[in-house]
Amino acid sequence: MSEPTHHAHTVVHPKVYAAVFGALLLFTALTVFASSLELGVFNAVVALAIAVIKATLVVLFFMHIRYSSKLLKLTICSGVFMFLVLITMTLTDYISRAWGLW
Amino acid sequence: MSTIISLPDQSTATLPKRSYLNSEYGLKSWLLTLDHKRIGILYLIVTLFFFCIGGTMAALIRLNLLTPGGELVAADTYNKLFSIHGIIMVFFFLVPIAPAVLGNFLIPLMIGAKDVAFPRLNLLSWYLFVTGGCFELYAIIWGGMDTGWTFTTPLSTHYVNTHVVSAALGIFVAGFSSILTGVNFIVTIHRLRAPGMTWFRMPLFIWSYYATSILFVLATPVIAITLVLIVLERVIGIGVFDPAKGGDPLLFQHLFWFYSHPAVYVMILPGMGVISEVVACFSRKRVFGYTAVAFSSVAIAVFSFFVWAHHMFIMGISNYSALVFSLMTMLVAVPSAIKIFNWSSTMYKGSITFDTPMLYSFSFIGLFTIGGMTGVMLASLGMDIHLTETYFVVAHFHYVMVGGMVSAVMAGLHFWWPKITGRMYPEPLGRLAAAILFIGFNLTFFPQFIVGYLGMPRRYHSYPPEFQVLNVLSTAGASVLAIGYLLPAVYLLWSMKYGKIAGANPWQAPGLEWQVQSPPLTENFPEPPVVDFEAYDFEWLANHTKSEVQTVG
Repeated sequence: MSEPTHHAHTVVHPKVYAAVFGALLLFTALTVFASSLELGVFNAVVALAIAVIKATLVVLFFMHIRYSSKLLKLTICSGVFMFLVLITMTLTDYISRAWGLW
Repeated sequence: MSTIISLPDQSTATLPKRSYLNSEYGLKSWLLTLDHKRIGILYLIVTLFFFCIGGTMAALIRLNLLTPGGELVAADTYNKLFSIHGIIMVFFFLVPIAPAVLGNFLIPLMIGAKDVAFPRLNLLSWYLFVTGGCFELYAIIWGGMDTGWTFTTPLSTHYVNTHVVSAALGIFVAGFSSILTGVNFIVTIHRLRAPGMTWFRMPLFIWSYYATSILFVLATPVIAITLVLIVLERVIGIGVFDPAKGGDPLLFQHLFWFYSHPAVYVMILPGMGVISEVVACFSRKRVFGYTAVAFSSVAIAVFSFFVWAHHMFIMGISNYSALVFSLMTMLVAVPSAIKIFNWSSTMYKGSITFDTPMLYSFSFIGLFTIGGMTGVMLASLGMDIHLTETYFVVAHFHYVMVGGMVSAVMAGLHFWWPKITGRMYPEPLGRLAAAILFIGFNLTFFPQFIVGYLGMPRRYHSYPPEFQVLNVLSTAGASVLAIGYLLPAVYLLWSMKYGKIAGANPWQAPGLEWQVQSPPLTENFPEPPVVDFEAYDFEWLANHTKSEVQTVG
């Protein structure tokens, strides 16, 4: 086996956790604020963008993926990729359903 | 390069004194075991139990269709029969039978490991599977469900009054068993390979199980959450699939088939792994184009995520989207065809023997090809409009699932039976059963292609009288098929006590699992093996056997 059986345990300073926690709270407040603005269709876009950033922070720092092996990073990416396949391929149906029906 | 098969003299073989079967005794030693081989056998018992239920339902369906009027059961009962048949056979037999039974038993043995990476998780996945099965049994006994195995909305959420909730929850719980098994196999294959067992020295069986595990992990969560949405829709009316509340019933089908199409490959990929092993062993040749076969497994797994809407061509999805999915569906035929061609090339100029597992492999190759090619027909949009929701579709997926997968399971079960039990099954009866299954299968399902093409819809409990001849043929075939299943059940059970003692390597196969005693020790290998030979290296085995001093016991 060429890969190490244990990935190195990086010691993460508590300050990092605190900073990420603070960022998550900040983004939550931002979500609440953004929902009060009238942006039309962009309300959903902004809310989803903030949610994606928050999820990325959780995965990278709280789930230690930032300090993990490339294989684990690939595993996470494959899940995200399949999720994107689900969304985009489903949208090929919804977006084009009315085409040609004029 | 092929070598002539010379099977070892089995009259001198004796059962080993110590093995995983007799290391401990008693029910508790089985129910709390962490040994992957014992967990595999626990899975075998439970899945075969569910196979009996599903098979009984199939028998009742065929009996009812013997006459055009459907005199045997009422229409509602008929709906429940085919729903139970589908749900049990898909989620509780086909999905777990190959990965959880053969995979659990063989993956650690084949890669030279003591056990899977997470033995406790492995046992937990069996208990989850049994719990899911209990939900399903509850739903069946307390009145059944009549949604079909696809739980299509709005039927399942608004219009039926049967046990949809417990049936869906049962599949939800059993889904976690699949996910845990998938995670376990992926980590086992990455981390626990013996020294020298590189990725391209692994048997092709392992490659296809690796692809299956990826599908388990990536696709199963989607069906789990979709079925929970069905339950929530029924119980508290959340409205995700309800147009009156802004939902979309077709969204359900997108989510359902995002899992259930890859699930088709979960069912067939392990079978392809089995066939690779069996064809190589009984042709005494390395599998032709090893790398192509290995990567075609991975390609099938990846492509399978891009084809799901071919189940929905007439359901009102966009024509443009349907074009894309039709094209993608035809592309999946390519890696499957690569496998079929490579197995055929493996046999070319091989030294073929027609033992039972090989006969089942022939069944697989022929029937799977018919199933696959009719799949390409269904993938083309114009044909699909004519054929969808007819018996043509039923025949198509039974050729893949029963003709393909069940043949492969039978091939695998017979091939590794001496390794699992230490005893041989009776070979003449094995060949007879393989022939009966092949004949019975074709008699059952080939008439369904014709009757479907003529326009008989699926899921109806009566039909116009002009279809009766073909339906009678089909029912007659089903009774031949039943004999083909009962016969192996009887002789395999018989052989557990009275079969000839097999010895470590009755087939003279070069895989690692054949280099240890049969049945294996609890810890599999007395000392960790070092792999210094390629997969399917029959010359290595011949030299190895020549230089080895025969040790018995």
